[in-house]
Amino acid sequence: MPWDEGLVNSLVYDQPDPAEGRVTSYVQAVNEALSLALAHDPGVFVLGQGVDDPSAMFGTTRGLQEKFGRDRVFDTPLSEEAMMGVATGAAMNGMRPVYMHNRPDFVLLAFNQLITHAAKFHYMDNGQTNVPLVVWAAIGRGWGSGAQHSQAIQGLLVGVPGLKVVMPSTPYDAKGLLLSAILDNNPVCIFEHRWLMKKDGIVPEGLYRVPIGKAVCRRPGRDITIVGASHAIELAMQAAERLSDDGIDAEILDLRTIKPLDEAAILESLHKTGRILVVDTGWMKGGVCAEVGCVAAERGFADLKAPVARIGLPDVPTPAGYTLEQFYYPDAARIATAALDLVRHGKAPGPVSSR
Amino acid sequence: MTETNIRYRYDGDGVPGFEPFTGRHASAELLDLYRSMLRIRRIEEEIGRRYHEDQMKTPIHLVIGQEATAVGCAGALRLTDLLYSGHRTHGAYLAKGGDLKAMLCEMHCRVNGCVGSRGGSMHLIDKRVGMAGTSAIVGGAVPIATGAALAAQMKGEDRVVVVFLGDATTEEGVTAESLNFAALKKVPVIFFCENNFYSVQSPLATRQPNRDLRNWAAAHEVAAVRVDGTNVLAVHDAVATAVALARSGGGPTFIEAPVYRFRAHGGAGDDSATGYRAEAERDAWESVCPIAQFGDVLGQSGLLDDPAINAMEREISTEIAEAFAFALASPNPTEEDLYQHVYATEAGPTDAVG
Ligand SMILES: Cc1ncc(C[n+]2csc(CCOP(=O)(O)OP(=O)(O)O)c2C)c(N)n1
Repeated sequence: MPWDEGLVNSLVYDQPDPAEGRVTSYVQAVNEALSLALAHDPGVFVLGQGVDDPSAMFGTTRGLQEKFGRDRVFDTPLSEEAMMGVATGAAMNGMRPVYMHNRPDFVLLAFNQLITHAAKFHYMDNGQTNVPLVVWAAIGRGWGSGAQHSQAIQGLLVGVPGLKVVMPSTPYDAKGLLLSAILDNNPVCIFEHRWLMKKDGIVPEGLYRVPIGKAVCRRPGRDITIVGASHAIELAMQAAERLSDDGIDAEILDLRTIKPLDEAAILESLHKTGRILVVDTGWMKGGVCAEVGCVAAERGFADLKAPVARIGLPDVPTPAGYTLEQFYYPDAARIATAALDLVRHGKAPGPVSSR
Repeated sequence: MTETNIRYRYDGDGVPGFEPFTGRHASAELLDLYRSMLRIRRIEEEIGRRYHEDQMKTPIHLVIGQEATAVGCAGALRLTDLLYSGHRTHGAYLAKGGDLKAMLCEMHCRVNGCVGSRGGSMHLIDKRVGMAGTSAIVGGAVPIATGAALAAQMKGEDRVVVVFLGDATTEEGVTAESLNFAALKKVPVIFFCENNFYSVQSPLATRQPNRDLRNWAAAHEVAAVRVDGTNVLAVHDAVATAVALARSGGGPTFIEAPVYRFRAHGGAGDDSATGYRAEAERDAWESVCPIAQFGDVLGQSGLLDDPAINAMEREISTEIAEAFAFALASPNPTEEDLYQHVYATEAGPTDAVG
């Protein structure tokens, strides 16, 4: 979406050390995964509104149609529900479609096909059919994206059996998880975050996979586990730096996949630190924050030295205006404060809606 | 109820009746079509008869009255062609060659049902015979069939996909979206619309302007025809023409087949007495019963006589009795079965083109 291009471009990220391997952009990492998958497997095809237009889905699909042809990389009508069904039907018949959306908000039009069809066919027909479908969308934020162009809908999907939901936080993961998703025999949703997409990182050339369903520790720590995925990890890492100034050693656990959850990794980290703060780019209520928090309370109760805490979006639609947005989105400072309160005073943040 | 209460009349508007046999169909094929319709009718009647016993704990949508559409259509397809349908599955499943025992086991919620008791009556699926998928969400199967046709096209397969839909299914936005995409890509799909004039108990007139469904389909650049849904040969021929077009790369066809369900939308009985449709209307359509009509034509041509019909009836009734007995004696699923097949195995070998 052009209107937040300037904002995304202005975001500054740490540059990785090229001595550790090839450095490339997040967008390039996604592009490489698609290109490799298309080259590797004739069943793979890429569809979505504007995947062949000059902006090329934020650049992720640039050059793919030239390389692989109009039959395998193609634009779609503005028919989200039917196209989700078409992709599902193709997936049920030996293809591996990657259906790309500018925004998760548009996927909502296709929930009938995604949730009630793609996620259920394998079960409903007793395993006769696989649905190796990838649904990709990039969460928007800022510059007036507002209530209808910035929804982080992952929380709506954590309770849907048959679906997998992946949220990368680095270029390395974006490529490796997308390749895993394409190879997976189930419908997999990948939610990228627009603010990560101008990031650079170390990304190996060629095929490699990051496993779906496995979390990764981004920063070891003793005092508190901060757990989340996607852009929330970046904020958590910044918060961890601030916390270390206060003598608090935070462990950062990147879920990478929010469905199925790597419960073992969550519980193992909690066992070590005794405190857990869940952070998410989506609404706090009933979503990733709620589910991860519940796992901690239900299965890690004996390890808890403080209440389970969570920081996500308040129970409010996203405002479009700049000033309101600053109140709306949690930042590293808010995460750090919550972690500090939890460690020092055993106190979880109050209900977000009353803030 | 009087004649004047008839809202939807069998009027043969643009729908030719039985034509003299031209030798295009072998006698054995004609008899097969007849037998196949008779078999579906008797199976449905038996399901209807036993439904109140509550052994079949599944919602049912009988196809009594709509046998010619399923049989005529499936008869024009190859085993490798795919059939998708909505909630009204019984006719499509049986006509495409789905196993009767597996169907009745499914309806009795047994572990050896065609989909292991996860589907019930609305999800009679057997991929081995090309009964590829169903959806209990009105319109749900339409884009999926379109996608299956896209896959066939991309893989260069000589495969045609048919999706059964009802008149109300044309009101779902996704159906229009699917027609648009199918025409755009010229995928080998046939939208087979059984227009039985009612969605549950809502007549077409409260749901759509008075229009010709063919024009609606044609507005999407999809070839559109109407065929008498009570005439098995007309259906067969219309589908064969659409199949030939699809196989030659000519793209999709929309076929509207006016037809009538003799029973209620769901369940075993008829609900005409509730007043949403006139009993006279049902009676009028019953007088053009697809099986009786075709039987008469076959009789007049000397291809079928009473002893032959009686022999068919006996075979069919034995088969049905055995299948019910088999289903009732079949095992129930266990708790472990509940958790099977939620996810496919991780990253299996792709079964894509190659
Ligand atoms: C999306 C959706 N809305 C409503 C229903 C409830 N429903 C089930 S069958 C049916 C009637 C559909 O009519 P039609 O498509 O003409 O098929 P018919 O039953 O006449 O064969 C309705 C409304 C449903 N299953 N799905």
